Amino acid sequence: MAITEAPAAPAADKRNPLTAGGTRITLIIGGIAVVGLALVYLLGDREPALITQYLVSGLLLGGVYALVSLGLTLIFGVLGIVNFAQGAMLTLSMYLVYVLQSSLGLNLYVAVVLTIPLLFGFGWLVQSMLLNRLTEDASHDRPLLVTLGLSLLIVNVLLMIFGGRPKSVDAPVSGSIEILGALADTQRIIAFGGAVLVAAALTLVLRKTSMGLAIRAVAANGTGASLVGVNVRRVYAMTFGLGAASVAVAGGLITPFTTLVPTAGEQFTTLAFVIVVLGGLGSIPGALVGGLFIGVLQTVGSLYLPGSGSLILVFGIFVLILFLRPQGLFGAKQ
Amino acid sequence: MSLLTLDGVSKSFGGLKALGETTLEIPEHEFFGIIGPNGAGKTTLFSVLAGQLAPSSGQMMFDGVDITGWSADKTAAQGLVRTFQLMRPFESMTVLENVTIASHNKYRSPHKAREHAAAVVERVGLDSYMYAMSGTLPTAGLKRLELARALALEPRMILLDEVLAGLVPTERAPIIDLLRSIHAEGVTVMFVEHIMAAVMALSERLLVMHEGRELALGLPEEVIANQQVIDAYLGEDYS
Amino acid sequence: MTATDAPAAPQAPKLRPANGAKRQYTFLLIVIAALFFVPYILPDSAQPVAVRTLIFAIMAVGWNLMSGFGGMFSFGHAVFFGVGAYTDAYLLTAFGVSPWLSMIIGAVLAAGVGLTIAYFCLRYKLAGSYFALATFAFAQMFYLLSQNLGFLNKTDGINVPLLPEESWAMLQFDQDSKFYFWIPLVILGLAMAVTIYFAHSRAGQFAQAIRDDATAAESLGIKVMKYRLITVAMSCAITAVAGAYYSQYYLFVGPEQAFGIHVSTDAIIPAVIGGIGTIWGPLIGAAVVGPLSELIAHLLRNPPEFLEFLQGTSGLDVAVYAALLIVIVIFLPKGIYGTIRERMRK
Repeated sequence: MAITEAPAAPAADKRNPLTAGGTRITLIIGGIAVVGLALVYLLGDREPALITQYLVSGLLLGGVYALVSLGLTLIFGVLGIVNFAQGAMLTLSMYLVYVLQSSLGLNLYVAVVLTIPLLFGFGWLVQSMLLNRLTEDASHDRPLLVTLGLSLLIVNVLLMIFGGRPKSVDAPVSGSIEILGALADTQRIIAFGGAVLVAAALTLVLRKTSMGLAIRAVAANGTGASLVGVNVRRVYAMTFGLGAASVAVAGGLITPFTTLVPTAGEQFTTLAFVIVVLGGLGSIPGALVGGLFIGVLQTVGSLYLPGSGSLILVFGIFVLILFLRPQGLFGAKQ
Repeated sequence: MSLLTLDGVSKSFGGLKALGETTLEIPEHEFFGIIGPNGAGKTTLFSVLAGQLAPSSGQMMFDGVDITGWSADKTAAQGLVRTFQLMRPFESMTVLENVTIASHNKYRSPHKAREHAAAVVERVGLDSYMYAMSGTLPTAGLKRLELARALALEPRMILLDEVLAGLVPTERAPIIDLLRSIHAEGVTVMFVEHIMAAVMALSERLLVMHEGRELALGLPEEVIANQQVIDAYLGEDYS
Repeated sequence: MTATDAPAAPQAPKLRPANGAKRQYTFLLIVIAALFFVPYILPDSAQPVAVRTLIFAIMAVGWNLMSGFGGMFSFGHAVFFGVGAYTDAYLLTAFGVSPWLSMIIGAVLAAGVGLTIAYFCLRYKLAGSYFALATFAFAQMFYLLSQNLGFLNKTDGINVPLLPEESWAMLQFDQDSKFYFWIPLVILGLAMAVTIYFAHSRAGQFAQAIRDDATAAESLGIKVMKYRLITVAMSCAITAVAGAYYSQYYLFVGPEQAFGIHVSTDAIIPAVIGGIGTIWGPLIGAAVVGPLSELIAHLLRNPPEFLEFLQGTSGLDVAVYAALLIVIVIFLPKGIYGTIRERMRK
């Protein structure tokens, strides 16, 4: 992060990577997406109705990706931690929803709301007990290794408790609705809405609350923030807690259409990294748009590259962005 | 003939000109001092000379060879070696190993390289720390280590970035003696320094930099009498 | 000479001989010789665990060269393991090439792949977390590629045919043959010897100086890119040999076994637990990690009373291994061997 900045500007007006809109780049990326899609429609040699179906599915999948990436971008952006346990925390929240529902008979969405503080507490504990002492050393690989260990630990403890057989939860709503002639699964639309809601909530928290102010100050300049009396370690723990809490929403909302096994979240970790780097570290709008972009790319790409082939495209773009623009599409320029 | 020639060398970062067009000739075996306030472009000049930064314009000749745009390793191998103001030891290594890293570039035989390095370590007065981990050295020791690594390359010319900074006066004198002896052996020295006593004692010529440009250049006594220099850098004490 | 300023030097000490390498080679020889007798002590049923431990160890030794000695944290060593494994399986099934030759071809290929990846990562100045993420992304790409390439049998993977009789040329022996243990043991010994040689060589010293401070190293005339790439190439080649042996021992390789995320972490974790950037760390780490799951599985088959509730569950072995990793990284950042060595120096 920007070390060279003047100490501790907790002034809210400065362009901050956490909430930066980046309108110009939104337009550019939107433009690229529109042109790409137009080409697919005109020259793609596929039925337009089919393309629309894939586009809608892609957007909805992208909503899920965005939802998972929001927490990760906060943790990466503020703490500089490559949180390898993000997917495992996602799985953890899914099992929490499952337990709350199967033992107490709770409505799915009530259960989701209940897991949010639980995951916040979990994230807080992880950061304050395990990671804080490493974050201060400014070491790159040690936090990565700890979260890798944490990921293996969570997944295997879940395996010990619940076994490997898939579980399922009941959703109060089901079915699908038609959008532009394409079928869209209601559960996925709700998850999509959840992504937008979480992004808005995180932005509000960061912009309007004193907690958010402290987080932005630490993200801009940890040393400076501590000089003006911010308890940096507490802010770190809060950030990780917030990152984990937003994963709780993600986990809860995707449970109805995900096969619930201990490794369910793993696939998301990888893609969430792609999205976070694409959208820019710590950028909430970036994670949202990045998630949608990757969802559409993967789904529409699978029209031409069958199987998991379209994911190669995704990773190819990831590597290119790493090489050419490490700060991502929305991240503030250094 | 001059050993180092700068012809209109400058360096900009984005729109900011850290080093204005600088033209300079350093004859063989000169002891050349540079002073100036913080941000005057002294370290930028060193980084451009040593190849860490590519100049934005101009040409640099060293020992009759055009070294403009050369990488740092190539420049060092040519005999133009710098030290760092903030000491940068290889912390996982002992003092001797640190210096051997440099002498490896002069002597291919590992045994010769080690022997040469040991001689250099002794020469800078670090013999009692020969096998100590470099990270454990006190500041004065790290300064000597910086010097030792540069010397192990047997340079034609060394660029010393504030070797005396952070030392108490009793630690300075032996280092100043050491610099003199290095110079006496025929090495051309260019150094940036804030300790005026040392600057006046060592420099044969003195350059004053201010805001990336040459403010004054000449014999030390003349330069510090220059009113502009007094205004910009030295202040009342020297008037 | 100005000896006047020496800070209280008692007397100029004589140059100590640089005999570190000789001692390490000797010790290595003793260790390998001792391990030679392991198959006589272990029951046959434990031999697969021992072989797997050796494969872990070779991978960790390879990873440690690049990430420990070279300071370039790779989170994608599955790429090189997988290239080795698939090269062996493919060349054998398609052209009947001897695994010994395939090992070398695979190592060369992996080195080439590693050089390309590392060159671009370094050229674009990726460091720290970004370097790790980029290597990780390449591993994912290779994983997806292997799932989609027809000549690699896509997701089905490649079966190495079982021969009716033993063959040295084809590296196949009786199921319980001790050679299955001795061959990777010798490979491990060679990999360790390479590490020792490298650590003391001019190139290796340069690589370590670059790891400590690349700017300082460059200003002393060291070609940073060149020595980084040399380190990478050796690391990748060694890891590929482990992959090739894997194919031969298990007679199968698929995308998950070759390029899965767990393959990359299998290379990292023994080195981290034993001690990153030390010569003996990966060996010690593998010796701890390799048998761990077997020990725990054994424990769970006949659990003591207070652990009875765990009977029949799976996952405890990895959970313990993960907890160990977390504890070591936080409390012993230099690993088991690195910490012991530091204590002994004091």
